[in-house]
Amino acid sequence: MMNNLSPWVIFFAAIFTGNILLTYFLGMCSFLSVSRQIKTAVGLGLAVTFVLTITSALNYVVYYYILDPLGIVYLRYIVFIVVIAAMVQLLEMFIERYSELLYINLGIFLPLITVNCAILGVSLFMVIRRYTFIQSVLFGAGSGLGWLLAILAMAGIREKLNEQKIPPALRGPGIALIITGIMAMAFIGFSGIVQIQ
Amino acid sequence: MVLKIVFTVIVLAGINGVLASLLVIAERFFSNYGECKITINGNKRFTVTGGSTLLSTLNVRKIFLPSACGGKGTCGYCKCKVTDGAGPLLPTEEPLLTKEEIENRFRLACQLKVKQDIAIHIPDELFNIKEYKAEVTLIKDLTYDIKLIRLRLPDTDEIHFTAGQYIQLQTEPYEKVKEIAPRAYSIASPSSEKKHIDLMIRLIPEGICTTWVHCYLKEGVRVGFTGPMGDFRLHEGTGEIIMVAGGSGMAPMVSILDVIVREKIERKVTYFFGAVTKKDLFFMEEMAMFEREIPNFTFVPALSQPEPDDDWKGEVGLITIPLGRYLKSIDASVAQAYMCGSPGMIKACANILNANGISNDRIYYDPFA
Repeated sequence: MMNNLSPWVIFFAAIFTGNILLTYFLGMCSFLSVSRQIKTAVGLGLAVTFVLTITSALNYVVYYYILDPLGIVYLRYIVFIVVIAAMVQLLEMFIERYSELLYINLGIFLPLITVNCAILGVSLFMVIRRYTFIQSVLFGAGSGLGWLLAILAMAGIREKLNEQKIPPALRGPGIALIITGIMAMAFIGFSGIVQIQ
Repeated sequence: MVLKIVFTVIVLAGINGVLASLLVIAERFFSNYGECKITINGNKRFTVTGGSTLLSTLNVRKIFLPSACGGKGTCGYCKCKVTDGAGPLLPTEEPLLTKEEIENRFRLACQLKVKQDIAIHIPDELFNIKEYKAEVTLIKDLTYDIKLIRLRLPDTDEIHFTAGQYIQLQTEPYEKVKEIAPRAYSIASPSSEKKHIDLMIRLIPEGICTTWVHCYLKEGVRVGFTGPMGDFRLHEGTGEIIMVAGGSGMAPMVSILDVIVREKIERKVTYFFGAVTKKDLFFMEEMAMFEREIPNFTFVPALSQPEPDDDWKGEVGLITIPLGRYLKSIDASVAQAYMCGSPGMIKACANILNANGISNDRIYYDPFA
């Protein structure tokens, strides 16, 4: 059974109603750590979007043209992870070459995209929800942009917070988690727009 | 069953193989910076393979910039002026460079990667820095907490240094220290001696290298060091030479005094040495010998807290007291001051020297001491 939703509906749903971070709480680790500055947040957000788009496409091909026909879909976790790791490695080489500043600012979080659960999550959702190739790619891109939107909003808020008086006990991750919660609640407002799981 | 295992392994290996070859191709493409030309001081040129840090690229070419942290970007010793091809200043360099240094295009060689043709300026004496393996032939107690260690070079090797320079001794891993840690020590032996060097190392509680030297190092062991480094040395001039040292700061002074003997320099030399009690004094016989051999040399040891049974008849108090008194009695307008010791001592003495007419351009000291 094929999911016959328009790919664009899936794309926008992934950004707003089913935001990978604010609805499913996937990819929190780097979200909390790299959201102090808008500039690096955007850099990481774009990197995640890139990896998500490419890996959902590649994993689709690998899953439906290699694993499924050969009857070894139970290998999907290991295969998906390997594909993701290779893409991150590729991206790291690219960034190191063309933007050393971003490379240093992202630091360890760039290679850690490999185990960003949002990325494996998207590949698994794509399989579970039986998306077509186009749907998968747009779902990946949408999820990436949704993650970018969330981390960008968070970085914007945290930059403003720098000038605010926050109770000492809440500074850092404490206030960040509370803000994430409030942002997630705000995103519930979108949930009436498109109805997909 | 066996067939299935073989089959899945082959499929998995196939997928990995495709991805790996993809990465190999990408690596060729992205991480290959090709040949980059490095120009040093405008005259020395060579071609290197790009992609590594400037520090390690130079190391391969046997040019050793001082680096106490081993390239981790924490000590700031590997600063060098990059006039062309540096790329943007990295956030990892910023905390270690002053505003003037940034304006003058100084960079940390351990952070900067060689990605294009690059032009750098480094002091000439750095070309002399080499890596040595030497045997510890002597470990001698100078006082209860200062040891003299002698490092003998292999028969095929020689070291050429200027008296006053230091080397970086490579602490081998022991107990909690997991990696090689380079630490700087001044050379105490005469610069005419090319087959061995002497170091004076004072035990510092919790000190990585000093603990290793005092508690673990044995005669007969082979150790590594790089050097010589530093621009602490005897400077030309006609005026009086004033030396101030404390503890293991004795080391470069002994080496410099030897130059004064050998080159028959006839300037007046006065050496103020600070210690706490009589048991912190060492090399007294050598000093007496220098007093005989240098026509115009006076050694002035001062004890800050002599014990009652020290029976001390010399100067009492911090070294700044005899130093200040002496400076008032001489013509300080052409005198030069050489210092080696704790940062506190150097600061206090520099103030006194300044107040008595010796400006900073005639005060020399080692920044790491």
